[in-house]
Amino acid sequence: MKPTTEDELAEAIATARGPLAIRGGGTRPVGVPTAGAQVLDTTGLAGVTLYEPAALTLVVRAGTPLSEVTALLAAEGQRLPFEPPDWGAALGAPGGSRIGGVVAANASGPARVALGACRDALIGVRFVDGTGTIVKNGGRVMKNVTGYDLAKLMAGSWGTLGVLSEVAFKLLPAAPETATLVLPGLGAEAAVPVLSRALGAPLGVTGAGWMPGTGALLRLEGRGAGLAERLAAARALFPDHALDLAPDPVAPWRALASLAPLAALPGDLWRISCRPSEAPAILARLGLSRLGLARPGLAAGPAQAAPVLLDWGGGLIWARLPEGCDARALAAPFAGHATRFLPAGPGAFAPEPAPVAALSCGLRARFDPQGRLNPGRMG
Amino acid sequence: MQMPTPDPAILARKPAIVARLRAALGAEGVIDDPVETRAYECDALSAYRTPPLAVVLPRSTAEVAAALRICAEEKVPVVPRGAGTSLAGGAMPSADAVVLGVMRMRRVLEVSAQDRVVRVEAGITNLGVSNAVEPEGFFYAPDPSSQLACLIAGNIAMNSGGAHCLKYGVTTNNLLGVTLVTMTGEIVELGGPFCDAGGLDLLGVVCGSEGQLGVVTEAWLRILPRPRGARPVLIGFDSAEAAGACVADIIRAGVLPVAIEYMDRPCIRATEAFAGAGYPDCEALLIVEVEGGPEEIAEELALVSGIARRHGPVELRESRSEDESRRIWLGRKSAFGAMGQINDYMCLDGTIPVSALPKVLSEIARMSAEAGLEVANVFHAGDGNMHPLILYDANAPGDLARAEALGADILRLCVEVGGCLTGEHGVGVEKRDLMAAQFVPADLEAQMRVKDVFDPGWLLNPAKVFPLSASAGRRA
Repeated sequence: MKPTTEDELAEAIATARGPLAIRGGGTRPVGVPTAGAQVLDTTGLAGVTLYEPAALTLVVRAGTPLSEVTALLAAEGQRLPFEPPDWGAALGAPGGSRIGGVVAANASGPARVALGACRDALIGVRFVDGTGTIVKNGGRVMKNVTGYDLAKLMAGSWGTLGVLSEVAFKLLPAAPETATLVLPGLGAEAAVPVLSRALGAPLGVTGAGWMPGTGALLRLEGRGAGLAERLAAARALFPDHALDLAPDPVAPWRALASLAPLAALPGDLWRISCRPSEAPAILARLGLSRLGLARPGLAAGPAQAAPVLLDWGGGLIWARLPEGCDARALAAPFAGHATRFLPAGPGAFAPEPAPVAALSCGLRARFDPQGRLNPGRMG
Repeated sequence: MQMPTPDPAILARKPAIVARLRAALGAEGVIDDPVETRAYECDALSAYRTPPLAVVLPRSTAEVAAALRICAEEKVPVVPRGAGTSLAGGAMPSADAVVLGVMRMRRVLEVSAQDRVVRVEAGITNLGVSNAVEPEGFFYAPDPSSQLACLIAGNIAMNSGGAHCLKYGVTTNNLLGVTLVTMTGEIVELGGPFCDAGGLDLLGVVCGSEGQLGVVTEAWLRILPRPRGARPVLIGFDSAEAAGACVADIIRAGVLPVAIEYMDRPCIRATEAFAGAGYPDCEALLIVEVEGGPEEIAEELALVSGIARRHGPVELRESRSEDESRRIWLGRKSAFGAMGQINDYMCLDGTIPVSALPKVLSEIARMSAEAGLEVANVFHAGDGNMHPLILYDANAPGDLARAEALGADILRLCVEVGGCLTGEHGVGVEKRDLMAAQFVPADLEAQMRVKDVFDPGWLLNPAKVFPLSASAGRRA
């Protein structure tokens, strides 16, 4: 099934005989694939509904390729604030990510630490629920508290509550200039307090990560004298560390967002959202301590086979771990959650405490009473 | 304002219900004296008042759970309350409801500069959060104009905004986790000191649910490093079109000020008479504020002023000192007080696409003349969040009804041009019956399903947000 209008989408869902596997670009095969499901292809629902640069507003159909969206915005000097990542290559599912899939996964890149997640930029949705009913929520204005915020609920629901037909975002101007500071010679654990310190200072940091072979990374954006002023302040903050300006300020973030350093490595791929201050202990419990030290003096040495990346100032850990290992049990106790991105299958999403699970289950039962939409995907 | 008829069976059981609540919360935790409950008869939408059945003022999450459990068993509606600063009637009780106030729970539980988070009890004031983290060099970004009084609990319930949302977002963008007590007394932890939900984003739908899904007793909030400095520029124009075009060009130029505030002539005149801030007498006034270090501020202000000059401003005043900044903000910050001096007023907060600004302002002027009621406009121009203030005389028979009718027309206009009924105040009772202007029944049904899951008996703040006719079958 490949509907090309919202009405066709509603019809397809209303008349479905069994479970549907909702598919945009198919670049995020996370969770439990629905057995025996018919594929509902959303790529026919494409195109820009409204783009108003002066209002920082974009409304776009859910099946629109992410690359088209970012190119359209870049041409006007604007961007999606959350730096949508394309994980396709790393997840062995290359192709073209679609904007609806970005929302369904609440996928956010390095800028999330400062500029908010996908769910924060999402100001409106249209979707079709499991009964085939078209629902609108939010709209095209960035301040809107009219009724419940179902857009947030749809973001990160992996297609289990409804199939998105249209999404609206608030935008940001693109960075006039970008500077990336590299602190080589820092291991992952040692990088976390450094990143925290930078994020806690008024430097306007929009990226704070760590990559093996490179070291800690800080991104500053701005223009002219203002950016220079903040770069100087960042250097003054770390008198005891070498701080190099990355020759290409954009490439490291592209690599981090797409998980490139982990793509070719063996093992299960885990994503752990945590308190930055707990990240070093989690790394230690996962057996990832003292790995991936950059070679001192080299700004960007060849990547060593350290199977870990840090983003969001240490609040996000990406790691390759031995096949079949239970990262949650190993990392416990910690505040946060761990999702297994590879391989797909049961146990990918963290089990929820009983009262939360009851609410989530209740919502799925209300929005999709017959269990048609990606049933069990987050199970 | 129509409210459901109070349940006579509940009114008759008042002594038994109060006795149970007292047994659980102690004598000082429950108020049922008709004189004392009067203090809770309304919120900032003061035209509508009803003393509640009783008021409970718990001191802990456990006491909140105990009180809710009793009310659930007794099938008594509960109206959660923060500081009662809602302009939409969000905390307005009914005669058969128990008001549950969280103002006694106001401790700061943890401040972490390293993780840039703070954990507080929900009865702390908005400003109290910023004060608590100030020694570490941080602040809490959402800043509703009631921030001295309003509580985090109410901010979360209404998803409150403020003047600096363009850059920092609203409450939902700065909220990481809550402790929520459901109507049955179950304590649920949603989110925490980390980013984003692992499963469904229940926190996202709880924020802004106007106290209808549960009572928030604790919250994890994101805090931000205080900027090195901030400076405004004041720009006057002789037409709304020129001001609107200037705002659009500033945004198109890739500048993202922390605030772009707009005042129209009636508002400028009123605030001048009241505060004497030295504003020019013009059609439209913008206050644009930028942040950063000294070099950055100078650079951004020069950019903004350069853009403004292309639109023929009648006045352009860049602040060069703390004192000049204070004077530029003085009029804006006293705008509501100034209007209150002139007359009673009703404050709306519909949001419109920024591009519709000139059209909406001229339509409001026309509607205002037709209704014979003056309307002053002051609003957050960067995000299109209007604040038309309708002046009326509460003592003149029929004036309130005429003001309400004009307000409803203005809000319908906001929806027609692609905006919404409320940008930061919430629906409450005030805009409840206008919801059909923005949503078709299926849209409302989808929202009500969420309440069905969290509060199947529809006992929490039941007669709010949704048109009474839409929620009739669900309410007890």
